[in-house]
Amino acid sequence: MSDARTRIEELLKSHKVMLFMKGTRQFPACGFSNTVVQILKKEGATFETFNILADPEIRQGLKDYSSWPTYPQLYVDGKFVGGCDIVTEMHQAGELRALLGTGAS
Amino acid sequence: MPSLEDVRSLLLASFPQARIEVSDLTGTQDHLQVVIVTPAFEGKTRVEQHKLVYAALGDLMNGPIHALALTTRASELP
Repeated sequence: MSDARTRIEELLKSHKVMLFMKGTRQFPACGFSNTVVQILKKEGATFETFNILADPEIRQGLKDYSSWPTYPQLYVDGKFVGGCDIVTEMHQAGELRALLGTGAS
Repeated sequence: MPSLEDVRSLLLASFPQARIEVSDLTGTQDHLQVVIVTPAFEGKTRVEQHKLVYAALGDLMNGPIHALALTTRASELP
């Protein structure tokens, strides 16, 4: 097992909602990453972010882990949910709320 | 840098029955928007659908295309 994989699994285990993104939640370095941060805030989710620009090992390792070539990547309960387009569609369809367990009903 | 028509042809080779729109979001041919509607996506999750598209684009995703806004559907909206 590679070091990157061990670190990724540790991150996913430690945080129910984990967003791997370009930049930070305060300073997103990419419009797609920013979009997902704004959606998670709107959903009222508690989430952790990881700046893949600052960590080349995770940046490549996670692409291999998920077979997904782009960022951002959102994980809930350790499972890959999708990138910006999928998260946006799920948000608009109300599916994200159910997945995140946020909201009154 | 691939032209929009190159990207479209590549996708059409993998999804022959699809309606495919490729547009350039920035005028630099590396931030693309792609819409693909094909029955090949029937019964697949969104993640599975997008993975099929990434697979069809192959090495273009490792550099030439910096950003890809992707919309996939199994059938046209009513």
